[in-house]
Amino acid sequence: MDVTPQKTASFPGEVHPTAGGGILVTKLDEVINWARSNSLWPLVFGTSCCAIEMMSTAGAKYDWSRFGFEVARATPRQADVIIIAGTIVNKMAPVLKRLYDQMPDPKYVIAMGACATSGGPFFYNTYSVVKGADHVIPVDVYVAGCPPRPEALLHALITLQEKIRRGPS
Amino acid sequence: MTKEELKQKLQELLPSPIFEDGAEWPTATIDPSAWKTAAKQLAAAGDLRFDYLFCVTAVDWRTHFTMVYHLTSTIYRHTLVIKVKLDHDHPVIPTVSDIWRTAEFHEREAFDLCGIEFTGHPDLRRLFMPDDWKGWPLRKDYEDPVNMIKL
Repeated sequence: MDVTPQKTASFPGEVHPTAGGGILVTKLDEVINWARSNSLWPLVFGTSCCAIEMMSTAGAKYDWSRFGFEVARATPRQADVIIIAGTIVNKMAPVLKRLYDQMPDPKYVIAMGACATSGGPFFYNTYSVVKGADHVIPVDVYVAGCPPRPEALLHALITLQEKIRRGPS
Repeated sequence: MTKEELKQKLQELLPSPIFEDGAEWPTATIDPSAWKTAAKQLAAAGDLRFDYLFCVTAVDWRTHFTMVYHLTSTIYRHTLVIKVKLDHDHPVIPTVSDIWRTAEFHEREAFDLCGIEFTGHPDLRRLFMPDDWKGWPLRKDYEDPVNMIKL
């Protein structure tokens, strides 16, 4: 039988076929990261119009379930990733911080759209808007757009998966 | 009631209203001192019955404030806009929350963001801003060096 090691595109490691099964050679950390990246549960969180695009990304047409984001959780205790979909105002900032603190490690943050990235259209002459959600919690991936199209959010989610697979930098 | 009939009726009811042309709804500007009496009559008069106050707005013109009240009748389906001009240094107007209950929150909002004082309001506190907030953030001359980046 052919015993040359087999590699697949996304799985980290090699499979050595043997009679009656096979032997897997890999690093445990990489397998864990690979597993994590393919099952990211987003938190149900949206503060403005970006949330509409996020819902559209979750819906049948764009369907982020294809990439492992199927299970949106309504509690931070069961969520892996928070997508900051919308403007964060000063009154919302402590709520966002608390939600992030209540998420179990490892946890990831995507800043979706101009408001979450920098305050966006509310950067100047506003008394109420936080100029970028990274003033409150650390952000892994930023998405440009106002609001970003669902494709852009999908790209951000896939970028996050790649980041997780690469391991801690 | 047509627009013209409504205008005619208001001419009798309100003391010296100034009408605006070209608006979607009949629009009358009246004096702050006449507002409370007028509001009561508009709500009660048998052929008017403005029983629904659907929008309360405060406008800062820098020289003065304008309160804009959008009234409609769920019985006759006619709509009216009343504007009241207020002094900029001391904007005071009687409350209409005893006539239209919805004004209770609308007036609190106008107080919170523009600093309009509604005399006789049962619970005039801040609505959106924190209780210890200083100043009226939606006024044109509002300054906030801590939170605001000026362009």
